[in-house]
Amino acid sequence: MTLLDPGLRADFPILARTVRGGKPLVYLDSAATSQKPQVVLDAEREFYETVNAAVHRGAHFLAEQATDAFETARATVAAFVGGRAEDLVFTRNATESVNLVSHAFSSATAKAAHGAPLAPGADRFVLRPGDEVVVTEMEHHANLVPWQEVCDKTGATLRWIPLADDGRLDLSDLDGIITERARVVAFVHQSNILGTVNPIDIIAARAREVGALTVLDACQSVPHMPVDVTSLGVDFVAFSGHKMLGPTGVGCLWGRTEVLADLPPFLTGGSMISTVTMERSTFADPPQRFEAGTPNVAQAIGLAAATQYLDKVGMPAIAAHEHALTELALAALADLPGVHVVGPTQATARGSAVSFVVDGLHPHDVGQVLDDEGVAVRVGHHCAWPVCRRYGVPATTRASFALYNQPDEIDALVTGIRRAQVFFGVL
Amino acid sequence: MDALYQEIILDHYRNPVGRGLREPFEAEVHHVNPTCGDEITLRVHLEGAGGSATVADISYDNQGCSISQASASVMYEQLVHQPVDEAMAVLDAFVALMQSATDAGAGEPDEDLLGDALAFAGVAQYPARVKCALLAWMAWKDAVTQVLSHGGAR
Repeated sequence: MTLLDPGLRADFPILARTVRGGKPLVYLDSAATSQKPQVVLDAEREFYETVNAAVHRGAHFLAEQATDAFETARATVAAFVGGRAEDLVFTRNATESVNLVSHAFSSATAKAAHGAPLAPGADRFVLRPGDEVVVTEMEHHANLVPWQEVCDKTGATLRWIPLADDGRLDLSDLDGIITERARVVAFVHQSNILGTVNPIDIIAARAREVGALTVLDACQSVPHMPVDVTSLGVDFVAFSGHKMLGPTGVGCLWGRTEVLADLPPFLTGGSMISTVTMERSTFADPPQRFEAGTPNVAQAIGLAAATQYLDKVGMPAIAAHEHALTELALAALADLPGVHVVGPTQATARGSAVSFVVDGLHPHDVGQVLDDEGVAVRVGHHCAWPVCRRYGVPATTRASFALYNQPDEIDALVTGIRRAQVFFGVL
Repeated sequence: MDALYQEIILDHYRNPVGRGLREPFEAEVHHVNPTCGDEITLRVHLEGAGGSATVADISYDNQGCSISQASASVMYEQLVHQPVDEAMAVLDAFVALMQSATDAGAGEPDEDLLGDALAFAGVAQYPARVKCALLAWMAWKDAVTQVLSHGGAR
């Protein structure tokens, strides 16, 4: 087994606290949000204490240093995922990253409908009735609802790749779902509810074959495995800062240079313009085109510190550690009578989000008993309601792991599940 | 834990009272808790008119956690056969009970009005579960309001 040194837990101050009457915190909810190492907290505070100023304007000393710190953070985060700084946009969160792309389709289509001038290249985002938008049945609402909205606004048709019984995508009719009519294919790298890691290469290759743009939700992959955006073969990659040890309030959108160059802006206003007259405006080049208003500077700097921390531990080592934990958790849950994993039951092509149901018990009640033991899990539909519907469960309990978790926390999970079964008399 | 899961709650969860959808009814509503997916379909049947109307039946079909299931069952027991005005007073007392942990202005719970519903006092200490406990009650309020605004019972 290739586990990380439990000593790194000391880097995360919150892991030392107790909950619910002095119980040690067993934090198994990192797929919702990760905990933050001291270096991230320090980086954010240090920026405010020593450098804080508005970036990209003003010529004073602090403004120069703040701008430099912000752009250095961009380069650091971009390098962490194998991209160029110029291709990395800071957003508020991954939901905004997806909306940034989906909105381009709505706005370009709306402009084209009444003959407003489109920037060169923006016509590739114009949708017409008969055009199709393809998603998958395992998407987080953040990569589903924006595309439903696009279809409602433009008259395009939403299609989706269905789930198979084993928690993986059913790709048997991929060519029938992604056709010449597909203009964009949006899909998740690793499911936040099932843990499934999707074969990006197969889906992206089919999308390229038909000339569709691709949008990858990488929120659950970038924090947990080495990801090189340039080798994925997709056009856009959205990921979230707070799920990868960074602060809340910052997410990222990476885009392929030539596609990003054609992408119309999302939010408009200050800082994203090239020229402004009373009649009209022209827009800055990426990434500034997509960062209207004062950006989340301190959070971007915190996120950069998080990527440096992850790099120091090493993403391959983190992936191996979480793989080992996932194997242990799947085996432990398989041994529990009345407990059923929702999602792949083998750790192959699978991340560390492990959802399960307990016979006779609602996930809320399971979560409540676990919480009483100090074990923090997520209960509900995990913003992936169609997945619950597909598998005939109202909700699930989800344990999810990160680099700071250790095997004894899986023991605590198992003990808590047993206690819930005994408490409610369902064993 | 024991403060939250009172024996009354566990009993109603295991053996819910009044469950199932029945005729007649004047209004049917469907409420969901979007954070966890709990659902209830609820019908009300009122008898009499205006201020003298009584709650003749509440029938429901629901899925959810023990708190939301037991809450619907206890609500059925507390409200059926009550005058509508009286039932509304119980509802208000229950809502106040649920807010008692966060609302400093909330007075002592009205034990006479609440009856077995007082068993949910512990829920107020867990803000995430308050919505579970309120799901059926809010559905009932919605349904009764619809009936009254459409001219009352048949």
